[in-house]
Amino acid sequence: MLKLLSILVILTPSMPLAAEPMGLGRVAMPDEIAAWDIDVRPDGLGLPAGSGSVAFGEEVFVENCAACHGDFAEGVGRYPALAGGIGTLTDVRPTRTVGSFYPYLSTVWDFINRAMTVGYGTELSDDEIYAVTAYVLYSNDLVGDDFVLSRENFTSIRLPNEGGFYMDNRAQVELPRFRHLACMSECKSSVEITMTVKNTGE
Amino acid sequence: MTEKTDHKTTRRGFLASGIAVGGAVASGRAAVAGEAEITEMQPWRRNLGDPVNNAPYGTPSQFEADVLRRPVAWLTPDATTAVSFTPLHALDGTITPNGLCFERHHGGVAQVDPEKYRLMINGLVDRPLIFTLQDLLRFPRENRTYFLECAANSGMEWRGVQMDGVQFTHGMIHNVEYTGVPLRYLLEEAGVQTAGKWLLAEGGDASGMSRSIPMEKALEDCLIAFKMNGEALRAEQGYPVRLVVPGWEGNMWVKWLRRLEVGDMPWHHREETSKYSDLMADGRTRRFTWEMDAKSVITTPSPQAPVLHGKGPMVLSGLAWSGRGSIPRVDVTLDGGINWHQARMDGPELDKSLRRFYYDFNWDGTALLLQSRAHDSTGYVQPTKDALRSLRGVNSNYHNNGIQTWHLGKDGRVRNVEVT
Repeated sequence: MLKLLSILVILTPSMPLAAEPMGLGRVAMPDEIAAWDIDVRPDGLGLPAGSGSVAFGEEVFVENCAACHGDFAEGVGRYPALAGGIGTLTDVRPTRTVGSFYPYLSTVWDFINRAMTVGYGTELSDDEIYAVTAYVLYSNDLVGDDFVLSRENFTSIRLPNEGGFYMDNRAQVELPRFRHLACMSECKSSVEITMTVKNTGE
Repeated sequence: MTEKTDHKTTRRGFLASGIAVGGAVASGRAAVAGEAEITEMQPWRRNLGDPVNNAPYGTPSQFEADVLRRPVAWLTPDATTAVSFTPLHALDGTITPNGLCFERHHGGVAQVDPEKYRLMINGLVDRPLIFTLQDLLRFPRENRTYFLECAANSGMEWRGVQMDGVQFTHGMIHNVEYTGVPLRYLLEEAGVQTAGKWLLAEGGDASGMSRSIPMEKALEDCLIAFKMNGEALRAEQGYPVRLVVPGWEGNMWVKWLRRLEVGDMPWHHREETSKYSDLMADGRTRRFTWEMDAKSVITTPSPQAPVLHGKGPMVLSGLAWSGRGSIPRVDVTLDGGINWHQARMDGPELDKSLRRFYYDFNWDGTALLLQSRAHDSTGYVQPTKDALRSLRGVNSNYHNNGIQTWHLGKDGRVRNVEVT
């Protein structure tokens, strides 16, 4: 017992101290955080100062976005449509766009800024991103052609499908139903093939 | 190789064939009885092989050249935001070889210089921090084996059978032993403030992939991983550092991880609203469907792995997994679900990891309808596709964990079918 205790005493200083900082890494400088902290939230946190009009947004969009998303944000090929589709979410083939599906406008600003600029060879200014976002709203008939989007009025814009999203409820709706004893024999009287793949492989 | 060494074969080769011919003449028979593979010397016996270190980084046998990740070209708009699928039909055991782990990128494969790699933690923390790769290597680390399944795996089958091969119906999954630092250690180093209930994980690639993760999960079992199956992460798997989010959809396992921000609410970014959300039949949408439901599939026989041996002993095999725990049991049916048999479970029963199962039986040569049904450690039993459709409709794209049916024909061919 005494031996065990002394081993513990010796080991303790080298054990990971979960709640105590280990002193690794260094403090991030404000300019470094500013360079990488680009995210925007639905409550507007993260939006930079700036503004852009629908008219300017159309110019920027046609120049930088329309090749994949179409002049009217209707989509090209398998590249997604950004406009239209409102009221189609219960259709056999729903069209999921900013107007018909997205819950929050901040997602549009954030995604253009994060993923639709540098990788595609375009560097849009903050004002240009506001303008393109305004144009996407306009192409969904959600604002008029004289609309100007800015940090100040951003959160006043609500998208039609915001209330259409709810937290994963599988734990309530599905898990009780699928936790059961499994039938092992004579589980059904017969079996028919209802569908066979058309494509027979490569 | 054979060209180089052919000249060495002459003397022994001549003597060997002379003996064979002499034997045949002496016995009066036309040839030595038996398979040429045995009675005739093969080049790999006759010739010395390649020297050691011929391939300093080893690759599979030349005879396995068709065991490859394969894309489905029409699925995505272009090759930088695309998918390639794991060839499950050609693999056994549970560990996916690094070069065969499926790929899903949203902005191509980033090539990050490890010397220039930095990981930032900011937001609601006492100390916003920057770590280099060398800093991360000084935290205590762990080794854990987990499956990663894309939320869209089997998504092409919601409306009915579409892809004729387990590589394409189920191949957006891999199972890897990760070496990494518990994310909790890094968060404790920065000091998460009381209001910090969410974490934004962000990639350093051109897509800047970003996902909101609840703090409980971040503190529970997430890893900051830098090794896969013992070696450095492959570039297409996030080199030098990726996030591991055990049991949860693959999109959250942010690759080329550059930043973790602590916040008081989720960010609702594109890949957790417009994508990776589940549109139900009533037009409303489930969001934050993180956990992967229990699932299984028979990998052989399957359309790309037909039965070539005729009736008699057959090894049926497959994989099962659950994002909520382990897999104690899998059932197999040969008649489309009328009668079921417990499969033989192989290997350790690991949490949130692939488990291999077998069903060894005598095939009578008749057509069969093969299915497997996973049971996870929470008591969840893998449902049929129709049971899922009755709850969700067919437009949810993601999280299709329904039972897969393969039709094994008398000729040994296997087709993707659905049954009543």
